[in-house]
Amino acid sequence: MNYLEHIGKYFIMLKQVFKKPQKWSVFKEMLFREIEDLGLKSLGIIMFISFFVGGVVAIQTALNVDSPFIPKYLIGFATKRSMILEFAPTFMCVILAGKVGSYISSSIGTMRVTEQIDALEVMGINSLNYLVLPKIIATLFFYPLLILLAMFLGIYGGYVAGTLTDLFFSEDYVYGIQLDFNPYFIKYALIKTLVFAFVIATIPAYHGYYVKGGSLEVGRASTQAVVWTSVVIILLNYFLTQMLLG
Amino acid sequence: MIEVKDLYKEFNGIPVLKGVSTTFEKGKTNMIIGQSGSGKTVFLKCLLGLHIPEKGIISFDGRKHTELDIKERRQLRQEIGMVFQGGALYDSLTVEENIMFPLKMFTDNSYSEMLERVNFVLDRVNLENANKKFPSEISGGMQKRVSIARAIVMNPKYLFCDEPNSGLDPNTATVIDNLIQEITKEYQMITVINSHDMNSVMEIGEKIIFLKNGVKAWEGSNKEIFKTENESIVDFVYSSNLFKKVKEAYLNETK
Repeated sequence: MNYLEHIGKYFIMLKQVFKKPQKWSVFKEMLFREIEDLGLKSLGIIMFISFFVGGVVAIQTALNVDSPFIPKYLIGFATKRSMILEFAPTFMCVILAGKVGSYISSSIGTMRVTEQIDALEVMGINSLNYLVLPKIIATLFFYPLLILLAMFLGIYGGYVAGTLTDLFFSEDYVYGIQLDFNPYFIKYALIKTLVFAFVIATIPAYHGYYVKGGSLEVGRASTQAVVWTSVVIILLNYFLTQMLLG
Repeated sequence: MIEVKDLYKEFNGIPVLKGVSTTFEKGKTNMIIGQSGSGKTVFLKCLLGLHIPEKGIISFDGRKHTELDIKERRQLRQEIGMVFQGGALYDSLTVEENIMFPLKMFTDNSYSEMLERVNFVLDRVNLENANKKFPSEISGGMQKRVSIARAIVMNPKYLFCDEPNSGLDPNTATVIDNLIQEITKEYQMITVINSHDMNSVMEIGEKIIFLKNGVKAWEGSNKEIFKTENESIVDFVYSSNLFKKVKEAYLNETK
């Protein structure tokens, strides 16, 4: 199947996904389950990675800024900008694409090959709407919060790294993170996060939903889902940056 | 009555069903048999609306499947119960939640009313103390019973079963066969079973449709199988020596 056919099929899938849920109480139940599976269960890994990435960015900036003419507060400033503009929204979403993307793709794919999706269809349930819409809403709702937390922890990780290594003074770092604060950058990061969240929920769902065969094919679909989700995130990141900051 | 007229289905230009016509009546266990690749599953999936046939008419008590709009088709599907080959139980839900699922989706019953109905159908399929277990925690036979319980929880008019006793030991398979037949009589459903298990066919097959290479090669009852001279069905049935002996015994008995 060529790429255009896949893209067409993806949008046809979305048309089915965005229908009114058949029963709001069941939808609500599914939504809370997805918030837990796709959001809360990713909290630990995101906190861990963002904290250490922030620390590494601060240390590397400090080690590279050895000129006496460059003020040390630039370390805090650079860490803040890197975390807000790129590391938190893009890097964390690529990690989520791996963790959550493979989960979505393999869980829906397994449902497909074990006829659980057929069982939904036979009952008269719009399976795409039932399975995918709660995932989209859950990621759109939860990932901005997750990314805000990642920004905060990344910046805090830089602060902790500085104080532990004595590479810079904490006062300089705090001054640097307060310097030239532009709220639009937060808005930019959250817009990117919303777009990436949508991609993370829908591309793996597409790969899982249309899988044919057995467990081997589910595994392949899962790998493809992670690859394509990451590729689309990186491409969209480029275009969104050009559009919103260019 | 389910009426099928001149059903034709192909995949990528290769015909799988070539003009199959038949009827399925109320209160009877109808069986579709045939070798692997004969088109049984495709036929069943066409009946269920999971495959759209290229040609032909499928009519459920006068309602032509292909002429229904989405809302009417959904309504019809709520009148259908389906037992899948592997059970198709939702892994993340307990036995109780699996059976309650269609009730939650399509009724406004209270939780206690739904639970009462769940316990009733679980009792009907002779399954006790399994409410809180997950599908992975129960045996294959129990999974089939849960699947049957889920299929009948909405009081369906039509029950479809895809190889309901595949992978089960002969005793459990007979129990499942008898259960399906009992339920069919009790609720006066139209039951269509897809199988290639000759034990089931002889046990409960009140009407049998034999498919060969996408064509209906024979139609009759389990009693008529022993008397027929139709080469296709004879080849299929007596590919097992056991049935040759059963036939001899049956014919000696009726002499």
